[in-house]
Amino acid sequence: MADFEPVLMANMQREDSHTLAAYEKAGGYAALKRALREMQPKGVVDLVKRSGLRGRGGAGFPTGLKWTFLPQETRGPVYFCLNADESEPGTFNNRVLMEQDPHQVLEGLILSCFATCATTAYFYMRYEFPLAWRRVQAAIDECYSAGYLGSNILGSGYSLNVYLHRGAGAYICGEETGLIESLEGKRAWPRIKPPFPAVEGAFRRPTVVNNVETVACVTHIVARGAEWFRSMGVPPDPADPRDPGSFGPKLYCLSGHVERPGCYEAPMGLPVRELIDRFGGGIWKGRRAKAAIPGGISMGLLRADEFDCRLDFASPARYGCLGLGTAAVVVLDETVSMVDFLHNSCRFFAHESCGQCTPCREGTAWSLRMLDRIRAGRGRWKDLDLLLEIGDSIGIIPGSTICGLSDGAAWPIKNAIRKFRAEFEDYIRQSNPQGYLETAPVAALDSTGSH
Amino acid sequence: MAERILTEEMENAIRALFPRYPTRQAVTLPALHIVLEKLRYVPPQAVVEIAGLLELAPSQVQDTLSFYGIFPQDKPHGRTRVWVCRSISCALRGSDELLQQLCESAGISPGGTTGDGRVTIEIAECLGACEHAPCMLANDELHHCITREQGEAFLRGLK
Ligand SMILES: Cc1cc2nc3c(=O)[nH]c(=O)nc-3n(C[C@H](O)[C@H](O)[C@H](O)COP(=O)(O)O)c2cc1C
Ligand code: SF4
Ligand code: FES
Repeated sequence: MADFEPVLMANMQREDSHTLAAYEKAGGYAALKRALREMQPKGVVDLVKRSGLRGRGGAGFPTGLKWTFLPQETRGPVYFCLNADESEPGTFNNRVLMEQDPHQVLEGLILSCFATCATTAYFYMRYEFPLAWRRVQAAIDECYSAGYLGSNILGSGYSLNVYLHRGAGAYICGEETGLIESLEGKRAWPRIKPPFPAVEGAFRRPTVVNNVETVACVTHIVARGAEWFRSMGVPPDPADPRDPGSFGPKLYCLSGHVERPGCYEAPMGLPVRELIDRFGGGIWKGRRAKAAIPGGISMGLLRADEFDCRLDFASPARYGCLGLGTAAVVVLDETVSMVDFLHNSCRFFAHESCGQCTPCREGTAWSLRMLDRIRAGRGRWKDLDLLLEIGDSIGIIPGSTICGLSDGAAWPIKNAIRKFRAEFEDYIRQSNPQGYLETAPVAALDSTGSH
Repeated sequence: MAERILTEEMENAIRALFPRYPTRQAVTLPALHIVLEKLRYVPPQAVVEIAGLLELAPSQVQDTLSFYGIFPQDKPHGRTRVWVCRSISCALRGSDELLQQLCESAGISPGGTTGDGRVTIEIAECLGACEHAPCMLANDELHHCITREQGEAFLRGLK
C-alpha cells in the first residue's frame, strides 16, 4: 500500500481548497463536463455498478444497485437526499470533505443526480457544522454562477437544483427514512420498510439517499473509471457468494488515545494496527492499547489482540463486531475502564433513541440505568446477564425494531461484556462486596440525572 | 390576541423558502431555525404564527419542534450558546471534566444560562469533530482540544 496516492484528500493540501477556482485548477468539474457531453444517465449507473462502490454511510449497500431500484418509468420528480447528518460517535470524514473540498462533494452529487434523473437534491446537513454549512452554501452559489447548477447545465438540457437543509441535533436524522421524515417537517421517526425510499421516499416520491463520501467517490469513478476503482481494496471472499468485495479509497477517522488523531486516506482494507501505528503515530503517552471501536461506536469493540482486523466491509464481523460502519476507529488505552466505556455508549443510545419501538426505547433506557447502578456501587453479576439479554434482543437483526439504531446500541453491550467479562465481574464484586451475588429484582436508582 | 412575534423580515425569509419544497410542512425546520437565530428561542406564539404561514395546525409545528432538542421555548438562550461534546472520543480525552469545570466556573448546570444572559452551556453528543477532542461548539465556532486554561480563558472572554 506504500505507493497509494490520496485521491479524496488530494485537493485539500492546496491553498483555498474550498473554492471553485482552486478546485477547477486541480482539474475539478472535468468529469462532470465529460459525462454531460458523452454519457447517458444509464451509462453512469452502469459505471458505478461496475466499480463495486458501496455506500460509505454505514450500511455498505452497493450504490449502483441501489440506483437501479428506482422505477424505470415514472412521471413526476425523483428526489436525491444527500446524507450529511454525520453523527456517529468517532466519525468526521464528511465534515472534513465538506469543509476542505466542498466542490468535490458537489461534483459527485451532480453526477449522482444526473445518473438517477433527479432534478432536485436536498443536502441535509446536521446543525452542528457551521463552517461546513457556510462553505457548502458558498460552493453551491459558485456552481449556480458557473452554470454547474440550475437549468440546462452546461447546455446539456439537464437541470438540477440543490438546496441545503439544516438538521436540528438528532442522531436519528442520519437514518435514511428518519432523514426523509425530518426533511418533510416532521419528527424524525424512521419508517417501516418496505416500501424503500427508492420506491416511496421523500414527499411520497422515488428517492435516493446517499452519504457525502459515497458521492465524492462517484466523482473519481467517472473521472478515472471503474477498473481504477477496483484496482484497490479487497476482492470478494470466494467462500461467501454474497460478498461483493470492498473496493476503492476510504477516509478513515482516527481518534481517542493515539498520538495523532485525524482523517487519513488509504485503500479499503487497511488493518486497524497499521492505521493506529503508521498514520496515528501509535498509542499516546507510550501506553498500550486495550481496545478499539472499528467503525463508529455502533460497531462494537475489538480487543487489542484483534487489531490485525482489516477495515473492509467483511472483516469486522469476523471479529464479532457489527460491521465496518463508518470506518471510524476510536482507540482506548490500557487505563480505560470498560464499565465507563459501556456507560458512555449506553448513555448515547438512550439519549438518541427516537422512542418509537418499545424494545429500543426501554432497552436503551434500562441498559443506562443498570450501568448507572453498577457505577454507583450497587451492581450485581446478574446485571451482566440482563444487559446481554437486552443486547441480544433489540435491533433489526433479531427483528424487534424499525431501524438499526438499536443494533448499534446492542453491539457495544454484547462485545464489551463478552470480550471483557472478567473486568466487569471484578468491578462489580469489588464495588459491591455485600450484594454482588444478589439476584432478586431491584429498583433503579432514583434519578440518574444522566439522560 | 397575543402580540405578534415574527417580524416581516422573518416572515419573508420563511416565505422565500416555499418554492424549494413540494409541501409547506417541509419548511417547518427552516422556519424554526430562522426564528431561533433571531430570537434565540421559539416561544409558543412563534409556533402559532409559523403554523399560520405553513397552513398547519400549531400542534403539528409544536410536535416537530418538541422532537428536537435545540429550540428553547421559555426564554432565550445566552448570547453565547456552548455545546460541549460528551461522546466517546471526547470523553476519552477529558470532556466530563471540561463540562464540569465550565459549569462550575459559570455557576450553572448543564442546560442553564447565566443570570446576565452571557452564556448557556449545553451537553452535546458527538459533534463530528472527534480528532479535536475534547471539543465544543460556541455559537458558530468550534473550539479544539480544550485545556483547563483555555476553558477558563474562553469564559472570561465572553461578552
Ligand atoms: C441510527 C442510524 C444513523 C445513521 N446515520 C447516518 C449518517 O449520519 N450519515 C449517513 O450517511 N448514513 C447514516 N446512516 C445510514 C443511512 O440510513 C443510509 O444507509 C445511508 O445514508 C445511505 O447512504 P450510502 O449508501 O451512500 O452509505 C444511519 C443509519 C442508522 C440506522
Ligand atoms: S429502533 Fe429505536 S431509533 Fe430506530 S425507530 Fe425504533 S425506537 Fe426509533
Ligand atoms: S466524540 Fe466528541 S466530537 Fe465526536
